[in-house]
Amino acid sequence: MAYSNKVIDHYENPRNVGSLPKEDPNVGTGLVGAPECGDVMKLQVKVNPSTGVIDDAKFKTFGCGSAIASSSLATEWLKGKTVDEALAIKNTDIVTELSLPPVKIHCSVLAEDAIKAAIADYKKKQDTSVGKSADTHAQPTA
Amino acid sequence: MAVKLPIYMDYHATTPTDPRVVEAMLPYFTQHFGNAASRNHPFGWEAEEAVDKARKQVADLIGANAKEIVFTSGATESDNLAIKGVAEMYREKGNHIITCVTEHKAVIDTCKRLEKDGYRVTYLPVQKDGRISLDGLRAAITDKTILISIMTANNEIGVIQPIAEIGTIAKEKGILFHTDAVQAVGKVPFNVNDLKVDMASISAHKMYGPKGVGALYVRRRNPRVLLAPQIDGGGHERGMRSGTLNVAGIVGFGKAAELCRLEMAADTARLSALRDRLNARLHKGLDEIYINGSVEHRLPHNLNISFAYVEGESLLMGINDVAVSSGSACTSASLEPSYVLKALGAGDDLAHSSIRFGLGRWSTEEEVDYVADKLTSVVTRLREMSPLYELAKEGVDLSTMQWQTEGQH
Repeated sequence: MAYSNKVIDHYENPRNVGSLPKEDPNVGTGLVGAPECGDVMKLQVKVNPSTGVIDDAKFKTFGCGSAIASSSLATEWLKGKTVDEALAIKNTDIVTELSLPPVKIHCSVLAEDAIKAAIADYKKKQDTSVGKSADTHAQPTA
Repeated sequence: MAVKLPIYMDYHATTPTDPRVVEAMLPYFTQHFGNAASRNHPFGWEAEEAVDKARKQVADLIGANAKEIVFTSGATESDNLAIKGVAEMYREKGNHIITCVTEHKAVIDTCKRLEKDGYRVTYLPVQKDGRISLDGLRAAITDKTILISIMTANNEIGVIQPIAEIGTIAKEKGILFHTDAVQAVGKVPFNVNDLKVDMASISAHKMYGPKGVGALYVRRRNPRVLLAPQIDGGGHERGMRSGTLNVAGIVGFGKAAELCRLEMAADTARLSALRDRLNARLHKGLDEIYINGSVEHRLPHNLNISFAYVEGESLLMGINDVAVSSGSACTSASLEPSYVLKALGAGDDLAHSSIRFGLGRWSTEEEVDYVADKLTSVVTRLREMSPLYELAKEGVDLSTMQWQTEGQH
């Protein structure tokens, strides 16, 4: 399999590998994929509550080089974006940037899913803390 | 001394042709170029003589008679000829074939084709160690069973099936027994009479011979196996396989077989020591790595290991100066990992994390050490970025987790 130089670069020098505290109300965590499919991505965003801007993003990925590169690139793009801007990131943008071949498009889809899941988790936490007095959405996200 | 890169450690895929084999072949391209079927001039006689010598060399390696060797283009053709040839020839006797889920595609897909033509095929499962159950085999036999086809050694996990026991059962029941012996012949002792094999597929390029030439051993006595030819033409190879013989290739095959016969004991001792060294060094540097398949019943030069929490393709990317294979195939929409590893029941995640190492005649201790050390560092790095490793270290049982597979499947 021939990988593009950008994929190789992200694989060899992955950006933002690591974890943020998932209990932090300003951190949203997305965990997508499944081990039996050969891809699992964990992507986290830390949002500044006053500005709504993503201050930090981290990932950990079990998957092929293209999956690692897709999530690494996603964290790079997320930093400095507002939550709404982040939701506008499309998997096709990742495909183009990394020159992913057709058989690796699912890696970019998973990265987009991970972004959406992380932001959904963040929003859920915000709703929960805002609505705490009203006692709605009181379920912990476990 | 620095190790020379890239390192070839994929000897199950193919082997380099031994220079002594190439030397033996060369005169048959230019000098002795005759057609072995030309009966009326010395060019043909020379070629035929060379083929006869090679036939004897191949037969000697497996304890057969030279007349029982049918040369083919390779083991895929041999598998096709054996299975389709028996199915067609013995159709009146029955329509049931027994094989196994971990067979090579050349056997599985041939059986699938026959199923479309009205044959019934039983695909025996394998146990955790990769071997079939003999009780399971006995239970699968019916009065319509005409053929049992079980490989000698598996191409991914190197596990050796109980061939002599299967041969005994087949003989008791009067059923023909074919074995795809590609990975075993030339590497471990293989005798068609001791093993009670009726047909065996062999390939030259897996045993330091050239590509494009193989053989099917077809028993001539007790019982005499009859095959319906699958390629029609000039009636070469006792009518079982038409087509002008690849004389240079066959000469190389013969030489390769002779070298394997003479050097097998020494090669086996050296390679199993190297394999054990590789295994020990990996286990020293890494936790949670698992050997796939039986350690006891295994080719001496094979190691197949799952590196938990790390995906195989990303692992290969990290060791791109080493030629090995992964059981993970993250290249299709289905993301199916190796069907052989899945059949062992180890779990798809471990199947995705596997690497097959195949050592061979030119593997060295330096290469083994380099590969083990490089893998140790790459696995360690990839685990640091693996969410599965993190979860496992937090004490989460991955097998009970609910995975979100949004958008997929």
